[in-house]
Amino acid sequence: MSGPLAALREVRVRYGDRTVLAVEALTVERGEILALLGPNGAGKSTLLRILTLLEAPAAGEVVFEGTPITAAERPRWRRRLACCFQEPLLLDTTALANAALPLRLRGVPRREAERRALAWLTRLGVAGRADRRAASLSGGEAQRVSLARALALEPELLGLDEPFAPLDPESREPLQEEFLALQRERAMTAVLVTHDRAEALRLGDRVAVLLEGHLAQVGPAAEVFTRPASEAVARLVGADAILEGTVLGSGEGLLTLDVAGHRVQAVGSLPAGQRALLCLRPEDVTLLPAAEMGRPSSARNNLPARVVRLVPAGPLLRVHLDCGAPLSALVSRPSATALGLMEGMAVIATFKASAAHPLPRPALRPEAPAVRFLP
Amino acid sequence: MDLIWQGIREALRLVLTGDPGVWQITLLTLRVSGAALLIALVLGLPAAALLAFGRFPGRQVFASAVNAGMGLPPVVVGLLVTILLWRSGPLGFLEMLFTPSAMVLAQTIIALPIVTGLAMAALQALNPRLRLQLLALGASPVQAAALLLYEARGALLAAVMAAGGRLLAEVGAVLMVGGNIRGLTRVLTTATVLETSMGKFETAIALGIILLALSFALNASLTALQQRGRRP
Repeated sequence: MSGPLAALREVRVRYGDRTVLAVEALTVERGEILALLGPNGAGKSTLLRILTLLEAPAAGEVVFEGTPITAAERPRWRRRLACCFQEPLLLDTTALANAALPLRLRGVPRREAERRALAWLTRLGVAGRADRRAASLSGGEAQRVSLARALALEPELLGLDEPFAPLDPESREPLQEEFLALQRERAMTAVLVTHDRAEALRLGDRVAVLLEGHLAQVGPAAEVFTRPASEAVARLVGADAILEGTVLGSGEGLLTLDVAGHRVQAVGSLPAGQRALLCLRPEDVTLLPAAEMGRPSSARNNLPARVVRLVPAGPLLRVHLDCGAPLSALVSRPSATALGLMEGMAVIATFKASAAHPLPRPALRPEAPAVRFLP
Repeated sequence: MDLIWQGIREALRLVLTGDPGVWQITLLTLRVSGAALLIALVLGLPAAALLAFGRFPGRQVFASAVNAGMGLPPVVVGLLVTILLWRSGPLGFLEMLFTPSAMVLAQTIIALPIVTGLAMAALQALNPRLRLQLLALGASPVQAAALLLYEARGALLAAVMAAGGRLLAEVGAVLMVGGNIRGLTRVLTTATVLETSMGKFETAIALGIILLALSFALNASLTALQQRGRRP
């Protein structure tokens, strides 16, 4: 069957007189993982509950296979979907009985249900825990059982509400990889709610960015991450080294801008005189010793800057810079040592024109206070 | 002290010789309270699920009424059931007054709020997302309620113990609607009242000991069930 598996049309959700979700249109294509990315409280979980028919919207419709789902059809369709949440939410019985439960609910005989459930427990590496009670499982094992329980149904749409978030990194990444392999192997359709942009990029075929109950951008993961539609999206997806400037001219897909008195080039097209934001991923900004100014480099832009602050960011260092405007770069600790980075030091910040994504300013954020955009 | 020793010896004699009068009273006690408890469970557990998870107008009022009803004075229940079943009352045509059925009805009214209230509290003490998860795995609301009741089984057994103990010990309502008729509606509590008032302490003590033993046996077996497989 062609066309998207599921879609939302003009969906509104209100709690009291507060509208928590307003989605004009969103589709879920067959066989894809759609990542719903947004900060806490953006309405991601609400959207997932609407899409998986666990909650009815105040207005609008949920469509499956082109047919709007009415209240009467909701239970029948809900049986074709499954969700896995942040907590394993297992019942107080054995891992096997838990994994077999959804099949039993659908009238599958016990032996058959347990045979199929065991196959999924095996696939997820917890068959050895089949006879253990849920309470005696570790967090990672319990989440694997929870995932097996949802997968055993072979649902047409799998809803995942941050199921990997509570796991420690040692068990999170293998489980993400195994899930991805399973999803590819079976061409499963899944909607993954996450506030973790690395997870959205890693697992999502497409990413839908949700901000304050509205879809801010929907597109292929690579596009959303490199060409954010607004400053807010840019900050959310990690393109949060943002420079402000004025377009001086453009040609051959290349813009020349004035940024705090420096000439900067970026890939894009905007009219001359337009105020613009340049969104950069801080990992795309590299630092050179100040002495190398003027040396030709494959990076198109060289900005003299001063190191303001060094902040540890996991295995990396985030270097806050002042180049007339604030900028930041992510560097590895060895390269920071090699450069002898310290606060107050002069450096050159370089980045490729293709790494800088220009947005017109004001950048698609009418709700932002207008006074911020006065020159 | 002599009185008590005599009572205990008499009690042992009555129990060991299988005194038909005592047996009959004991069995009736178990039948009446057991039936009332069973009916209260059949009605109370679905009601508890509805009150715990349902969204309907008046839910709060119902829940408050159930909680208030947990302390219902048995004599008030006895009065109510007596009036209902009185020859000229609304249910008088049933001719149920002074029968074991009337006693079951009165005791059901006493047990129902206890079972419902404690089961509702037990369901609401579960992780609220557990119900969402069950629905998200395709459970119907009824299947989800049944699974959650089973998940709360430890607390539900406590509810059964609370209600069962209350019914076995209850005397006011069964006396009023049963009438303490020998061989027909006499139960352990009403018989104890009668024997004591007649100064026949040996028999009264014997009946009291049987009552205590029943209550202990009920609670011990349910506690064993509740604590099974549980290790600190």
